[in-house]
Amino acid sequence: MTDTLILPSSVPQRPRRHRSATTEPVLIKALLIGLCLVLLTVLLFAPLIAVFDEALQRGWAFALQSLSDPDAQSAIRLTLLVAAITVPLNAAFGIAAAWAITKFDWRGKAWVITLIDLPFSVSPVVTGLLFVLLFGANSALGSWLVANGFPVVFAVPGIVLSTMFITFPFVARELIPVMMEQGRAEEEAALTLGASGWRTFLTVTLPNIRWALLYGVLLCNARAMGEFGAVAVVSGKIRGQTTTMPLMIEMFYNEYLSVAAFTMAGVLALLALVTLTLKSALEWRYADQLAATHRH
Amino acid sequence: MTARSLSFRSPTPMPGWGLSFGIMITMLSVVVLIPLSVLLWRGFVSFGPGPMWEVVNQPRVWSALALSFRAALVASLFNLVFGVLLAWVLVRYRFPGKRIIDAAVDLPFALPTAVAGIALTTIYAPRGVLGSFILENFGLRIAYTEIGIWIALIFVGLPFVVRTVQPVIEEIDHETEEASATLGASRLRTLTHVVMPMLAPAALTGFALALARSVGEYGSVIFIAGNLPNVTEIAPLLIVIRLEEFDYNGAVAIGIAMLAISFALLLAINLIQIWSRRRMGAV
Repeated sequence: MTDTLILPSSVPQRPRRHRSATTEPVLIKALLIGLCLVLLTVLLFAPLIAVFDEALQRGWAFALQSLSDPDAQSAIRLTLLVAAITVPLNAAFGIAAAWAITKFDWRGKAWVITLIDLPFSVSPVVTGLLFVLLFGANSALGSWLVANGFPVVFAVPGIVLSTMFITFPFVARELIPVMMEQGRAEEEAALTLGASGWRTFLTVTLPNIRWALLYGVLLCNARAMGEFGAVAVVSGKIRGQTTTMPLMIEMFYNEYLSVAAFTMAGVLALLALVTLTLKSALEWRYADQLAATHRH
Repeated sequence: MTARSLSFRSPTPMPGWGLSFGIMITMLSVVVLIPLSVLLWRGFVSFGPGPMWEVVNQPRVWSALALSFRAALVASLFNLVFGVLLAWVLVRYRFPGKRIIDAAVDLPFALPTAVAGIALTTIYAPRGVLGSFILENFGLRIAYTEIGIWIALIFVGLPFVVRTVQPVIEEIDHETEEASATLGASRLRTLTHVVMPMLAPAALTGFALALARSVGEYGSVIFIAGNLPNVTEIAPLLIVIRLEEFDYNGAVAIGIAMLAISFALLLAINLIQIWSRRRMGAV
């Protein structure tokens, strides 16, 4: 150990570092890093800090109290309910679609993949409009459903449907590239050895795609809990009944209940931070098993 | 062209075709295809192209559509440049906190738009932290003007270009850049003539994704926009207003116009991409 302490004085001065031809001058590097940090601070970090700063402007007790408001409580319950229905359904869709697309050869595959991606290019407000047109009181189907005691628009089923539309591609998009790359050999081997279809799926396919599936579910859940535009159109914003957390934020904000709005926003921001942490952890540990980390 | 061209699906011992295909097509139809065709049917068949055009061809609707697409283009162009720069910095340079910065780039994917909306408005309002600073020093109002809409859309579209370009930069061989340097090209020339063309297709993909996302964005924009008709009223907000007036045909017409313009834009970007891929060879 003592050697290392003596060494520096005896080591000759390092030769002056010459710059590699495949990198930028140090000054330019520092400038570019600085520019990126400033822009990210102004665009990403400042809003994030502002949420918590505004929520806690009158202290923790005041902020937490705003969450115990009955309307706020019902908004939290509704958001959890909608995510609990939407996410498993879209996960099931993602698995089924990825299986049909990657394990079989059939015509029109490219078209179906395009159709699965379609919700990405539809405005959330237009999404809400679609379900109002289909199930609204002025449509035949909608008025029949209302007459039979099953309203869809201005009720929970409409919120679930429009949230499903918005988050529809998330799981499928993550699974399809991963399963495409893994091929069919392992499943074929299991089948040859006499495993049933379900057994093959549960013991061979599922372990191979579990991290990709979790990744897709994570993103799907974050979007499902935070969806605003589509839900705003379809829910009717009935306080205490069809108001989700993002809609509640808007109501509090428009009523100048700043602390209540930002506390609710803070809860969703914490959820976003947890999502990001889990997502990054997955990317660092299982990068080879995710589609998002090795595209192209 | 054997049996395969005759049957819809080529034979395989793989199980679960009926179940998986059935679930996929049923859910795709119920959630996406039927609702979308109802919109198109309602617009083109029951309302008609003529009346739809009359709805769209009004100054207030035109200015809302123009604003939505102009702001989305401005924000996505900013994100195109900033995204490539950020991806480069994150892959090539080393600095403390890099991992956290890398993870934070995805914040706009995870943070609900309404949360982003009220937070950005608070900061960029004339009395907000950054809003007051910019107003005093540059005499520029951000919130409740079109610039506020740009800021919200930049936030929403920020991760797309970074995430599409990053893997491409990781795969670039240093040897390509070395070759360019040995042949006497300056670093700047290597970047603009060797590196940039390699990044272009991925950057365009990210640009298209950001554009598609920000054209229809509603939640983060309505808080910061001010929502003044003809000035800061975006097209999705106009659809909401029409719906609140129970003017379903008006809402349908504007909705179809938005879909048509964004598909035209995406098609144009796809064509540019095919062209650039062909020019570059297989990248």
